[in-house]
Amino acid sequence: MESGGGARRGRMVIDPKVRQVGFVTPGEQDGPAGVSSSSAQVNAPDSPAPVMIPPAPRVAVPAAADHSPPKPAAPVPIPPRSPPLPPRNFDAEDEMPLGSYNPGGEGVLAGSPNSSYGKASSEKAEIGDLSPTMVAELNSSMMEMSLERSKYELPVPEKENESTADVISERVEVPAINNNEGPENDARQRKLKDRTSKAERRALQESQRAAKEAARASAAVAKAKPPPQKKDGSNEKKGVDKKPVDKSGEKDKKKEVVVPEKDKRKDAPAPRLQFDDEQKVAKARRRAIVEQTTETKHRVELFRHLPQFVPPTQLQALEEKYLQNDTMHIHPAVYQVGLKYLTWDIVGGNARCVAMLEAFKEMIRDYTTPPQKVMSRDLTAKINSHVSFLSTCRPLSISMGNAIRSFKLKIGKLRDTLTEAEAKSSLVSHLETFAQEKIILADKEIVKHAVTKIIDGDVVLTHGFSCVVEMVLSHAHSIGKKFRVVVVDSRPRLEGRILLRSLLAQGLKCTYTHINAVTYIMQEVTKVFLGAASILANGTVYSRVGTAAAAMVAHGYRVPVMICCETYKFHERVQLDSICSNELGDPDALVGVAGRKEFRELVGWDESEHLRLLNLTYDATPADYVSMIITEHGMVPPTSVPVILREYRKEPIL
Amino acid sequence: MVAAAMPDLQAAVDDFVIKLKRRQVEGSLATAKSTVLLLRQVVSHQRIPSSGPASSLIDAVKSVGSRLIAANPMELAVGNMVRRVLHIIREEEATIVAAQVGVTPVSDSDDDADVHGVPGLSAVALAAANRTALRAPSLHNLLESLPTSAGANVEPVPESDTKSRSSDKNSKSWKLKHGVIDAIGLLLGEIENYHSEISEQALEHIHQNEVILTLGRSRSLLHFFREAKKKRSFQVFVAEGAPRYQGHKFAKELAAMELQTTVITDSAVFALISRVNMVIVGAHAVMANGGIVAPVGMHMVALAARRHAVPFVVLTGLHKLCPLYPHNPSVVLNELKSPSQVLDFGEMSDCLDGTDGSPVHVVNPMFDYVPPELISLFITDSGGHNPSYVYRLVAEIYSPEDH
Repeated sequence: MESGGGARRGRMVIDPKVRQVGFVTPGEQDGPAGVSSSSAQVNAPDSPAPVMIPPAPRVAVPAAADHSPPKPAAPVPIPPRSPPLPPRNFDAEDEMPLGSYNPGGEGVLAGSPNSSYGKASSEKAEIGDLSPTMVAELNSSMMEMSLERSKYELPVPEKENESTADVISERVEVPAINNNEGPENDARQRKLKDRTSKAERRALQESQRAAKEAARASAAVAKAKPPPQKKDGSNEKKGVDKKPVDKSGEKDKKKEVVVPEKDKRKDAPAPRLQFDDEQKVAKARRRAIVEQTTETKHRVELFRHLPQFVPPTQLQALEEKYLQNDTMHIHPAVYQVGLKYLTWDIVGGNARCVAMLEAFKEMIRDYTTPPQKVMSRDLTAKINSHVSFLSTCRPLSISMGNAIRSFKLKIGKLRDTLTEAEAKSSLVSHLETFAQEKIILADKEIVKHAVTKIIDGDVVLTHGFSCVVEMVLSHAHSIGKKFRVVVVDSRPRLEGRILLRSLLAQGLKCTYTHINAVTYIMQEVTKVFLGAASILANGTVYSRVGTAAAAMVAHGYRVPVMICCETYKFHERVQLDSICSNELGDPDALVGVAGRKEFRELVGWDESEHLRLLNLTYDATPADYVSMIITEHGMVPPTSVPVILREYRKEPIL
Repeated sequence: MVAAAMPDLQAAVDDFVIKLKRRQVEGSLATAKSTVLLLRQVVSHQRIPSSGPASSLIDAVKSVGSRLIAANPMELAVGNMVRRVLHIIREEEATIVAAQVGVTPVSDSDDDADVHGVPGLSAVALAAANRTALRAPSLHNLLESLPTSAGANVEPVPESDTKSRSSDKNSKSWKLKHGVIDAIGLLLGEIENYHSEISEQALEHIHQNEVILTLGRSRSLLHFFREAKKKRSFQVFVAEGAPRYQGHKFAKELAAMELQTTVITDSAVFALISRVNMVIVGAHAVMANGGIVAPVGMHMVALAARRHAVPFVVLTGLHKLCPLYPHNPSVVLNELKSPSQVLDFGEMSDCLDGTDGSPVHVVNPMFDYVPPELISLFITDSGGHNPSYVYRLVAEIYSPEDH
C-alpha cells in the first residue's frame, strides 16, 4: 500500500509528461513525491481565485493528485471551495459508476503501481493524447457515465446501483471521516496503511457488519450479489478514492467467498444501454418498470442506439401501469413532474432539475420508512424507481443526472444515529441547498460575470431560449447598457419566441430570425451568448440543437462565443460528435410549420417506407468554437472544464 | 426600335417584367426559360435594317434585357440569358462576316461609323477575331468556328455576286436573324435539358452506401439522385431549408423514388455532418469567382462541411453562371422576404403594446453567399469544374462586351 501510494505520488509529479509515466517504477519516484505534495500545497492556497490555472509544468500534478486514489499530498486539494459552493454532503463516494477516468479501474483497489498506471494514463489520455486503447476505455467509461437513464432499465446496472447503494450505506457507518474530503481521506488512508488504528478497526467492524446486512438485504432483492463484489464494483467506479484502500483491506479479511470472475465482470464499467443491442434491450425491457418503445417502425438507422421517442400517447399506458401497480408506487408529485417532462411542458436543464428536486422534496416529506427496513437503503431503491419513471417519461438531462447523483450520495451518507425525522429534514434541506446554491445562486453569479462582457453598442446574438442568457440580457438592460439582441431560433420548438417575448416586454431592442439566416445576421453581431445543457470534460458544449451551428458561424466571422453554464451541469464524459449520445425528439414535430398551413407535404410521412423524420434535441459544439465559458466560478476557456470539474466537483462526482 | 410596331411583343415584355417584379416568376430555371423565349420573340420581331443588322438586334435585346434585369436583379439568370443571347448574336454575326470576308479577317480599319461595304464589316470581323483570339484555348471553339465559316464561305459568296448590294444586305440580315433564332433555340434546349446532362455524371460521383446531405430542393439534384439510384443504393439527409421548407417536398419526392431519405431540421446539420460523405446542393447562381448564391442556410452547411472535410458539391446549369464578381454579396446579392415567413404577423403584438416603439425586427433573407473556398466541385452540364475554373467558363459563354 505504502509503496503504491508512493508510486502514485511519484507519478503525479511526472504526470505532465505522459510518456514517462508508463516506464517509471514506483521506487524511483519517492523523491518527486515530496515535490508533488509541496507543489500541490503551493497551488492550493492560490486556487481560491475562481479560475486559477496552475502554471504549465504543474498543471498535471494536481490533476493526478485527485484522480489517483490516495490523494497523498494534497492537504488542501479542495480549497477553492468558494462561498456559493454546494453543501459538501454529496462529496463522498459516488455510487454511480461515473469515474470517467478509471474505466479499467479494478486494479486501483489493490493500489499496485501497475494498476495505477492505467489510471494515470487514462487520465492523461483524457487530458491530451488519446491512444487507441485509451480512447476505447474512455468511450466505454463515457457511455457508462452518461445519464443514468439506461442504467435503470438495465438489469445488471440496476443491480449495481443497489449494490453500490448498499455499499454506500455501509460506508456511511464507517467514520464520518469518510467524507471524501481530501485531507481527511488522506489521513485515514495513511492511518490504514501504517497500522490499524483503533478507530479504523472500529470502522472496519462496522463496515463488516454493514456489509453483512447488505448481503442479506441484497440477497433478498437481487440474487447472488456477494457484497465484496459490490464493494469492488463501487470502489472501482468511484474513481477516486479514499475508500479503495480500506475497502480492499476489509474485503480481503472479510470475504473469502468472493467470486472473482464476478468481481471482474463488475469492475468493467457498465456501458450505457445501447438500444441497438437486442439482447440487452430485451432483457432491460423485462426488468424495466415501464414499457420502453424501442421498436419504432420508422427509426433512423444511425440512431438505433438511442432510446426512441415515446409519444405522449403512451401516457395512458404509463398511467395504468403506475396507478395500478402498488409495488412501484410513484409519488404523485414525481408523477406530475414526469408527465410534464413527457409532454415537454417543463423543458430546459435548470427547469427540469428544479422541478425534480421539488418533487423529491415532496416525496421525502411524505416518506415513512417501512418496518424492518433501513431508511437509506429503502429510500435509495425508491429514488431509483422514481428516477427510472422520470427517465421513461423523458431521458434524464445531465443536470438532473448530476443532481440525482448528489442526492443519492446524501442519502447514502445519512447516519444511522439520526432519527427518521432528522434524516428527512436533512435530506430536504440538501435538496433545497442544491437548488439554491447550484442553480439559483450560481445563475446570479453567472449573470454578474456575464454582464461585464456586454458593453454599450453591442449586438448580442443568442440561440433558442436559455434562462441564464435571458437573465444576463435582462440584467444588462436593467443596469442601463445599450445593446441590441438578435434572437436566432430554430425549428421545431421555436423556443426563441419565448425569449423574444420576454425581452420585448422589457423593452429591449430585438431582432428575430431563424437559424439559416445566422450567416446573414452574424455580420452585424459583436458577441454571442449561448446556454448549454452540459459541458463535457473535453470542452465540448452539449446543448440544444443549433447551438453548434450558431457557434460555428460566429467562429467563422470571428465573433466571440460565450457559453453561460452552471458548473453543476458539467460532466466528466467526453464526446466528439452529436451522434453517439443524443436524445430523439418527436419526429412528428417536423411535419407542420408553425403558422404556415401551406406546408403539408410531410403529412402521412410514416406511410412511406423510405421516409424518416429525425428530430434531434441536442448537438455538441466543439471546444474550439467556444471563446469562453461563463460559470459561477468565473470565466474560463473550454480547456479548463476539466480543471473546474476537478477543483470544484470532484467530490460529488468522482 | 422595339417599337410600337409590335404591340403584342411590348405587352409580353411588360407582362414578364411585372411578373418578375411581383416575384411571380421565381427560380433560375423558370426565369431563364421565359427570358430566352421572350428574347427569341424580340429577335424575330425585330425588323433588321439593311445597315448594321447586328447592332440593331443587339440594341433591341439590350433595351429589353435591361428592363428585365432591373425588374428583379436577384434573378441573375435573367441577366445571364440576356448576355447569352447577345453573345449568340455577336457570334452569329462574326460567322457571317467571316464567311464574307474570308476566314482570315485581317482588317485595317475599325471605325464603326463607316457601315457601308467591306470596311464596316471588317470592323465587326475584327471584333469577332478578337473574341476568337480570346477564346483561343478552347478546342471546341476552334473546331466549331472553322467548319461553319468554311461551309458558309461556299454559298454566300456566289449569292452575293449575283444580287444587288441591298439584296445582299437583306439576305445577310435574314441569315443573321435566322441563325440567331436557331441558336436561341439551341440555348433553350440546353436550359431545358441541363438536368439530364448533369445527371449523366451521377454515377461518377455517388458510390454505394453513400450518405449524402442536402438542403432545400433542387430539380437537378432530383434528377441526379434518380440517375444514381438506378445503380447504387445510398442514403440522403434532407435539411428542410427554413423559411421555404422545400426540403419537405424534396424528401417526399426522393422517398417516392425509394431512396432512403431522412428529413432533419436545419439546426441539426452540424450534428449530422460528421456522418455524411458528401454534401450535394443546387445553387441559385454561380458567380464568376466560383462562389455561389444559394438558398439561405447554405453557408452554414458549407462551413460545417468544411469543418468535417466533407466535399461540398454544387450542381449547376450553365445558365446559372453569372459573369459578375460579387462584392459584399450577402447584402448586394440578397433579398429580404416577408417577415411573416419567420414570425406570424401579430404574434408578438401583445408584448409590443406597452413598449415605447421598440418593435421587433425580423430578418428573413432569401440567399446566402458561399465563397469559393468552401466549394469542392461544380458539376455542370459541361462537366465537373473547380471553383477556380469558373471564370474561364464565363469567358467562354459570354462576350466580354456584355459583362
